[in-house]
Amino acid sequence: MTQDVFAGTFDCIIVGAGHGGSQTAVALRQSGFEGSIALLGAEPEVPYDRPSLSKEYLAGKKTFERMHLRPQDFWSSRNVELVLGTRVVAVDPVAKTVTLENGACYSYRSLVWAAGGEPRKLSCPGSELSGIFYIRSKADCDALLAVLPDASKVAIIGGGYVGLEAAAVFRELGKHVVLVEALNRVLARVAGEPISRFYEREHRDHGVDIRLNSDVKVISGRDGRASGVLLESRESLQADIVVVGIGIVPSAAPLLAAGAQGSNGVNVDAYCRTSLPDIYCVGDCAILTNGPGIRVESVQNATDQATTAAKAICGNFKAYDALPWFWSNQYDLKLQTIGLNCGYDAVVVRGEPASRSFSLVYLKNEAVIALDCVNAPRDYVQGRKLVETAAKLGSVQLADTSKQLKELTLETN
Amino acid sequence: MATISLRTRDGELHQFDGRNGMSIMENIRNAGFDELLAMCGGCLSCATCHIYFESVPPGADLPTPSVDERELLEGSDYRQDNSRLSCQIPFEQSLDGIVVAIAPED
Repeated sequence: MTQDVFAGTFDCIIVGAGHGGSQTAVALRQSGFEGSIALLGAEPEVPYDRPSLSKEYLAGKKTFERMHLRPQDFWSSRNVELVLGTRVVAVDPVAKTVTLENGACYSYRSLVWAAGGEPRKLSCPGSELSGIFYIRSKADCDALLAVLPDASKVAIIGGGYVGLEAAAVFRELGKHVVLVEALNRVLARVAGEPISRFYEREHRDHGVDIRLNSDVKVISGRDGRASGVLLESRESLQADIVVVGIGIVPSAAPLLAAGAQGSNGVNVDAYCRTSLPDIYCVGDCAILTNGPGIRVESVQNATDQATTAAKAICGNFKAYDALPWFWSNQYDLKLQTIGLNCGYDAVVVRGEPASRSFSLVYLKNEAVIALDCVNAPRDYVQGRKLVETAAKLGSVQLADTSKQLKELTLETN
Repeated sequence: MATISLRTRDGELHQFDGRNGMSIMENIRNAGFDELLAMCGGCLSCATCHIYFESVPPGADLPTPSVDERELLEGSDYRQDNSRLSCQIPFEQSLDGIVVAIAPED
């Protein structure tokens, strides 16, 4: 047990140095915040662009330096103290302190929790073997990249965005790839079935062996190293390495232990305030209670919530009302999503998936709530208006590609 | 060394040395200006690195915008004829003296 050592006071302490944390610091300074700021990061790296990890960085197409969100000297130039390579393990909302794993204790006036999440770990037998990789941090990726040249067979567990993006990179590198998904389609939690089926077909056409409805029973091993995946069906898949992308677990435990309301995340109001005084939460951990009531894992969400929290700290209360958007790049396919599709009760396919340019429009109570646009930036851009206005359009109209979506908007006005 | 002149949203003009081979977005970011969000990191998935070209040196050619870039710019309330996404323009010697302005935030 280490003795807590008082290490200093900051007017604002930001826990987490990803997109949310770094944007909080930037937006505080842009808003004229003159107090001291500490940005605490679990990783040793200065803030960087995480989405590139499973895409260009894994593919060796982008150097890490180009992924820095800001240049190295930016943080000192803005008088932001970086405290990197350490985690916050405890928050005392009464004394207004945070304690790091090394026992250092800092006091704050305002605290912004932007700690993001950790990859959900496998729990089946064999999960402790070496040769099993996750893709969440630069360190995760570097460990994977170190062995990748010697691996010819890769088993990916999880058919979400990270797993599919990694599969695309591995195929482009010429690896044999088998992808195991527990549910009956890929992207099952985030997209409608036509999108899932389209991506399954694309990946299969690119040579990925996709196994749906497949639960992993054991990671088999040899000499302490993963050598394959044994499915519940008893089928055995050979692999030199196993890459796991089965979602994240929000890193919110210290804040919840301190009494913040929430579960599987931290509840926040429209200004990103938690139930604890002067403690805000933004990004992957935050659950907007006046919104859809779910955590949203995206750069846009983290960035815009960070701006909202920073403004609130400066006394400028502007409710968070940004429209969510997302992207995923696989092969030459650019998927762009606008809106959240939670609770959709109907979908309309706009365009022909076989043409590799189409959109899926999500409806709820006949109103447009979201679009997934594949190689269709025009629909993505014009669909925003439909989501913003919750446009009520018939499926025949929405599917009619002879008209642009903005023309439909005009008709409804 | 080639220079870039940048007008920030407060109207001030700043001059700095550009690094060839990096995009204009990366050059602006690396010079310490924080007004460009560039949220997608430069992969042409958003329009948060929107700039205006105020002046291009004689003889210099900007790459023609792709369909995707034009569509994304179309979605901005502040699009002008001289709008571009700065992540799509590699900086090079021939652009020495270029003047760009950061567009308002959508």
